[in-house]
Amino acid sequence: MKEFWLGKLDWSALPHEWFTIAGSVGITLMLLSLAAFITYKKSWTWLWKDWLTTVDPKKIGIMYFIVGGLMLARGGLDAIMLWAHQALAGSGEGYLTAQHYQEIFTAHGNIMVFFVAMALIFGFVNYIVPLQIGARDLASPFMNTLGFWLYVAGVIMINMFFFFGGEYAATGWLAVAPLSGTEFSPGVGMDYWIWSLQISGIGTTLGGINFIMTILKMRAPGMSLMKMPPFTWGSLCSMMMVVSVFPLLTMTIILLFFDRYFGTHFFTTSGGGNPMMYTNLIWMWGHPEVYIIMLPSFGIFTEVVSTFSRKPVAFYKSNVIAMIGVSTISLCVWLHHFFTMGADANVNSAFGVATMLIAIPTSALVISWIATMYKGRISFKTPMLWLLGFVVIFGVGGITGVLLAIPPVDFQLHNSLFLIAHFHSNAVGGVLFGIFAGLSYWAPKMLGFRLNERIGRYAVWSWIVGFFVAFTPLYVLGLMGATRRLDTYDASTGWQPFFVMSFIGGLIIALGVVLQVVQIIASIMQRKQLADTTGDPWNARTLEWSMPSPPQEYNFTAIPEVTTRDVFWKMKEDNAQPLPYEDIHMPKRTATGIYISAFAFLAGFGFVWEIVWLVVVSIVGIIVVFVMKGFDEHAEYTISASKVSQMEATRAKKIEEAKQYARDDHEDMGLIEFMRTAPGWLFGLVRNKS
Amino acid sequence: MNHAPTRDEMTHEEAADDRTMFGFWVYLMTDLLMFAVLFAVFAVLLNSTDGGPGATDLLSPQIALINTVLLLTSSFTVGLGLQAVTWFGLTFLLGAAFLGVELYEFYELIHHGHTMQSSAFLSAFFVLLSTHGLHIAAGLLWLGIILIYVLKRGLTRSNVRKLALLSLFWHFLDIVWIFIFTVVYLMPFTGV
Ligand code: HEM
Ligand SMILES: [Cu+2]
Repeated sequence: MKEFWLGKLDWSALPHEWFTIAGSVGITLMLLSLAAFITYKKSWTWLWKDWLTTVDPKKIGIMYFIVGGLMLARGGLDAIMLWAHQALAGSGEGYLTAQHYQEIFTAHGNIMVFFVAMALIFGFVNYIVPLQIGARDLASPFMNTLGFWLYVAGVIMINMFFFFGGEYAATGWLAVAPLSGTEFSPGVGMDYWIWSLQISGIGTTLGGINFIMTILKMRAPGMSLMKMPPFTWGSLCSMMMVVSVFPLLTMTIILLFFDRYFGTHFFTTSGGGNPMMYTNLIWMWGHPEVYIIMLPSFGIFTEVVSTFSRKPVAFYKSNVIAMIGVSTISLCVWLHHFFTMGADANVNSAFGVATMLIAIPTSALVISWIATMYKGRISFKTPMLWLLGFVVIFGVGGITGVLLAIPPVDFQLHNSLFLIAHFHSNAVGGVLFGIFAGLSYWAPKMLGFRLNERIGRYAVWSWIVGFFVAFTPLYVLGLMGATRRLDTYDASTGWQPFFVMSFIGGLIIALGVVLQVVQIIASIMQRKQLADTTGDPWNARTLEWSMPSPPQEYNFTAIPEVTTRDVFWKMKEDNAQPLPYEDIHMPKRTATGIYISAFAFLAGFGFVWEIVWLVVVSIVGIIVVFVMKGFDEHAEYTISASKVSQMEATRAKKIEEAKQYARDDHEDMGLIEFMRTAPGWLFGLVRNKS
Repeated sequence: MNHAPTRDEMTHEEAADDRTMFGFWVYLMTDLLMFAVLFAVFAVLLNSTDGGPGATDLLSPQIALINTVLLLTSSFTVGLGLQAVTWFGLTFLLGAAFLGVELYEFYELIHHGHTMQSSAFLSAFFVLLSTHGLHIAAGLLWLGIILIYVLKRGLTRSNVRKLALLSLFWHFLDIVWIFIFTVVYLMPFTGV
């Protein structure tokens, strides 16, 4: 009977080790205090109606940022734990068990790729793309909420092991076979891996389809493909790759699931199974995935460079073609991840050459950025500083990538710390810096006030310096023969000083993160002074700057006509008059995405613990909710032109009021002033509004 | 107007339908990629029978031919259904018959001890076939529900659109089946 109701769950599944207790208690406390705060402010209805069930891509974008930001902290904590262990392990045993160490690096990889990079990128695509192409919403607003909530379900799933089971996969982030089969990974940790990636991966595919529809079908009249802003282009390329490879991931995970649950022999060592096939399939998705997260960042940097150099993008067409080239070539290079695994010399050479080819379009991009800066009137605001850090670090990452693409070299360096340093150069210096640049660039649009420049600069420099201190030793260690995923090494190797240095670098990066948090709080404290009353604080060129910040729910009072690439720049030059107001159709809010994702989560949970009834009930639930949604024919409402004019008038009045506080000539708050004023401000926050 | 309306000329609803249609095509492509994985896996594992019987010993092209005829005919009735809705009733029956035959084939295999656990080849066979079968079942469920709503609400704009999407889906499954018929039931016998 207990079997039936609870499957494999029993008392021993509850937290009993220090890290699961810390995790589960910590998460519970966080959620409880959040709930208490919301109840105290009587904000539940507001939260539900204005945020959780919203279909507004701008709000969904912000929710992506919030969840992705929390996950960044979680993944960062993992990283610090790994670093500290390695630094200690040279003289003694470190403080983690081997099993635990393996679980942490697996979780770190999964979280950073799926739940941080993907989330933050989807955040930008949601918020910025419709604004850039002159659209009011997405092709399918419902699919978008569904994608977001499936992502959240994946996030919850990957953190579930703190509460039930106490173990996560210990296989590395890609769960190579046969290690991920039942024979070698019998525990539920592997199943959590399967279901958190599967559920969020399906959400990603939905997002991909939706944004392709949106970008290809909903651009403002006159905006031909070659007039699209670079970030939209980067997103389009990225989403094209999403729909080309995420189905592969989904199916591969399904096959792994069959092997584990039904005893099939796809990737097993017995019964004729073929583990090598898993390696191929997962990298056919895995390599393109690294470019899926890279391309939107390319786009962000192109925007930033052009805005802060006061020049149109130089070689725009080559820039676009380069992005298309990168995405196409990167579908054909996956084998470079396993040169050492038995392919013959001809195959290795072919994939090696294909891999090196990527350097050509990538260089074309770099040339485009540098040429845009050439003779420009550059202003070194934080987004621009991120760009400079990026160009250098990404350059190193690209060059080491080309080195690794030479098979004989790779035979030496494969799975060494050199490889780790390579991809962190790209993933941190490339993807993450791009995201940070984007955050400080678009913050005024999204928040209505720009971020503190002074503290922002400190954060950038901590990240750049920290990065080099942390990862240069890893390049060296890799050349000295240190492999990745190492939890013990002998003191006689002489590696410890390098590991310690790397750990110190990690701490400097952590300081950068703290400074970023401080930057955000300081900006909120000074939000009146930093307010963006123009809608266009950087004197930028693309449509998202053409309306007041933050944009109204309908984005545009009237859809602009696009005649040239930097339309907004042209509008400013021509002193274009605003268009008359019109009736606006907007999608209604919906909770269907939440319900479906909740069922998807429960189904996954049921699978993990083999609770059959839960799986069945959840799947039936998903079908029923889908059908009900599918036949609901009243998904839209209309805002009349007069209502629009009213809303715009109220908005204009508010902006007039804000103008008296806003001043750009003042120096932003520094750290000392922050430390002096923050406690009082915090105190006031709790006192005032009760 | 004798050319297809451009995006700027469409009404709000027409534009929405146009987007949905396009998005559905993109979805079909993602689904096709999932099948592509299964086909590749099947090709790789075709001879991995672990010493047990292989494709030529176990599979019968005759049964698959019956299924091919059933499914192709059902696709034809879908075409007719877009002219006169009642034809969709026949589609439903033919689809169900297809599933019945497929289940019978599975039953025979399993009954003789050839399960998806027996060998890598059979794993690939069963998963490829049942993924397609599951799609057919989902299509039937979807068709049934739409037909109920057509009875209740008539041929509203949204019902017509749903039927149009369903017909795309059905033809898509038909094409996948042609590939299955070729790759699973014919090629092993020709020794390719
Ligand atoms: C010019 C561009 C690039 C080239 C030529 C390149 C080349 C390579 C090669 C050959 C490997 C395999 C090394 C080995 O396993 O021995 C590799 C691994 C990797 N690369 Fe790159 N890469 C490039 C850009 C990027 C970018 C932009 C990212 C991420 C945003 C990235 C992320 C990774 C990751 C995550 C791995 C290792 C994954 C693992 O084994 O767990 N690479 N790269
Ligand atoms: Cu790669």
